[in-house]
Amino acid sequence: MSRVLVGVKRVIDYAVKIRVKPDQSGVVTDGVKHSMNPFCEIAVEEAVKLKEKKFIKEVVAVSCGPSQVTETIRTALAMGCDRGIHVEVSGKDYEAMGPLQISKIFAALAKKEEASLVILGKQAIDDDCNQTGQMTAALLDWPQGTFASEVTIDGETVKVVREIDGGLETIKISMPAVLTADLRLNTPRYATLPNIMKAKKKKIANMKPADLGVDMVSRVEVLRVDEPPTRLAGVKVETVDDLVAKLKANGTI
Amino acid sequence: MCLWKILVVLQCPSMGCCCKLTLMSKLQVSTFDIQIVQHTNIPVGVEMERFADEADVVIVGGGPAGLSAAIRLKQLAKEQEKELRVCLVEKASQIGAHTLSGACLEPSALNELFPDWKERGAPLNTPVTEDLFSILTEKYRIPVPMLPGLPMNNHGNYIVRLGHFVHWLGEQAEELGVEIYPGYAAAEVLFHEDGSVKGIATNDVGIAKDGSPKDVFERGMELHAKVTLFGEGCHGHLAKQLYRQFNLRENCEPQTYAIGLKELWVIDEKKWRPGRVEHSVGWPLNRNTYGGSFLYHLNEGEPLVALGFVVGLDYTNPYLSPFREFQRWKHHPFVAKTLEGGDRIAYGARALNEGGYQCLPKVTFPGGMLIGCSPGFMNVPKIKGTHTAMKSGMLAAEAIFPKVTAEDPASETAGLHIPEYEDNLKKSWIWKELYAVRNIRPSFHNYFGLYGGMVYTGVFYWILRGKEPWTLKHAGLDSAQLKPAKECTPIEYPKPDGKLSFDLLSSVALSGTNHEGDQPPHLTLKDDSIPVANNLAIYDGPEQRFCPAGVYEYVPLETGEGMRLQINAQNCVHCKTCDIKDPSQNINWVVPEGSGGPAYNGL
Repeated sequence: MSRVLVGVKRVIDYAVKIRVKPDQSGVVTDGVKHSMNPFCEIAVEEAVKLKEKKFIKEVVAVSCGPSQVTETIRTALAMGCDRGIHVEVSGKDYEAMGPLQISKIFAALAKKEEASLVILGKQAIDDDCNQTGQMTAALLDWPQGTFASEVTIDGETVKVVREIDGGLETIKISMPAVLTADLRLNTPRYATLPNIMKAKKKKIANMKPADLGVDMVSRVEVLRVDEPPTRLAGVKVETVDDLVAKLKANGTI
Repeated sequence: MCLWKILVVLQCPSMGCCCKLTLMSKLQVSTFDIQIVQHTNIPVGVEMERFADEADVVIVGGGPAGLSAAIRLKQLAKEQEKELRVCLVEKASQIGAHTLSGACLEPSALNELFPDWKERGAPLNTPVTEDLFSILTEKYRIPVPMLPGLPMNNHGNYIVRLGHFVHWLGEQAEELGVEIYPGYAAAEVLFHEDGSVKGIATNDVGIAKDGSPKDVFERGMELHAKVTLFGEGCHGHLAKQLYRQFNLRENCEPQTYAIGLKELWVIDEKKWRPGRVEHSVGWPLNRNTYGGSFLYHLNEGEPLVALGFVVGLDYTNPYLSPFREFQRWKHHPFVAKTLEGGDRIAYGARALNEGGYQCLPKVTFPGGMLIGCSPGFMNVPKIKGTHTAMKSGMLAAEAIFPKVTAEDPASETAGLHIPEYEDNLKKSWIWKELYAVRNIRPSFHNYFGLYGGMVYTGVFYWILRGKEPWTLKHAGLDSAQLKPAKECTPIEYPKPDGKLSFDLLSSVALSGTNHEGDQPPHLTLKDDSIPVANNLAIYDGPEQRFCPAGVYEYVPLETGEGMRLQINAQNCVHCKTCDIKDPSQNINWVVPEGSGGPAYNGL
């Protein structure tokens, strides 16, 4: 039967206030609270639900990064994934890592693991790229069902209801396929303590991008990271004439 | 609002081994009384069985005390080649995320636990090089010489970011094989039939705001142990239950507390003096309100300072706002000159113990013991509690180890009762230290307030080292100290300027605190009518001012007439001040879903 690959990304927790590093090369991550990207949680939940409904046999959780990402993989295992794969990327490679490198890794893994589905979150909350799913599908030449808010498997095809600007779009794509999870797809279950304890016994395989034939060289160089400019206080005016006068005074009109 | 809570009655003798769901409606009942038996129908399809697991020792709380106890147990196990399963649960999402302290660490306990701490990379990077003490007036500063022998003298100590130190302790513990589970809150104490402690249960998850189970509802897990250590820190919520259950406080005074607020600032490099420790008393507090400030220059690469303000929770004016006192203190010329041009990067708050020797409860009971700031070993004039907390954890481990690994523990109760821990505490340097400083804090309760206290310290501590034959008493429960609002004058606090001082909500945002929104509020009221009838009517709603996270607000009713108390539980930073200072003692802090709360990074 089929196997699903799920991608999980370790990101800075959404409630934490971000701070730019003094050298402006990035944001401070040392000691900052991290958690699984919320859309990845939804992806994991969907994969586990599909397994519970017996559409698929095995769910493999994959994450790319330094040793800390194994915590994120363990959470995915505690939610119901069967095994994990940790693709080790650290140092400069990790800082420069982006959707292109990740999608190459996932494409290689999807072929290696003979996956019928790759389920990812629609985007990560740290970079908001919304590219990895689409790039992975393109590299594999597989159909893609992105922004999925409902997924139904029917034999060898998948019916995906997608959230689009105008409303909802329903498409039918053949497997193997790439899906990306949107907010309303499901409500992820908690990784409860007994499951975390059981997850310790589940296997996490280690590998490097080179083992998959992927080069991590980035085509993007980050020049500088700045804080957004401080919002200035607004000014209230009494009449329309005042408003026009002020707009003229500061050169807007 | 009362907590809609789902409880399980563990043992129904008449029904064998089944677990029955008990959906509690608005009963006037303490959330601790697990003997409540009101059976109603279980919602269909909800799994109510709790998974249970066994360890030799279970530790609640991953702070200095809990981790030191875990480490010491595993060190002994290694030395004596015995197997020991030690499990530690911590409500924060990662070890150190709920840790907040000044802090000037006295390395005495650390030297005993890990003599090679330097090689192991313990983050003690800033030895104290300068020690300043001042009495502040509104515009000026009176320096006080920091003579050796005075409790505040910091020679030989290190300025640390306690959250990072605790995180490092966690790593050492994991290396030794301690099972650490951050993100799981111990919500319930479990008891054997003979009344001894059996272990703990983690909180149920997936309960909606109204108390009903959501789709993702799952029961918490039970962790059973031969002995359970409770290291929840100051004013722990399970400890409250244990005090009542085992009458642990019958021979000591009620604990008294302070609230400590803290910020981290990156300052102008020209103003940075790594290793400098500054403390002050006086302005902006009046002489009858206990409190003061700290400002420590860290030496970890960046020009970082840790600063904060402590206010004793026995203050009497309900209009006092510890947060706003802290903010306005920063405008004092002596403080402002360090902070000008700097950036605030972190904020947090936590209650701390001030009771010391007079308030130490009995710390052992069948099946468990209390360690760390929970019973309260803080040396108040030194403003240090980490070294004593660690030592108490180590002493607990040393008392437990022979009993827990013995072939036949020869215990009267199913949960082991190990009074040797208390005996060892009394013989240790913790006891000597706390005894010597026992009269300093209570000495502030005199007409001259702060100045009387300083004279007492100078005479009796510095000269006599606490050998005077009498023991002064504290003033009683902190919650009973507030005077009615009509007898007090409102305090005019300056508006925050956004550069040195800030408003409450932007400060709370910096703490990184958050909770799953759709869960019952964890700040529970025993009686819904009391806040408006008592707190607002008599004391003008002091919880609006003493909460450092803006949880409590009195807002007008939608109908227009009268007010109601709004509880913004999501803002809570788990400081416990409301549970301590509420004049009606109506607010009961219970633990929210694990992982919720602040996300401190090295505070």
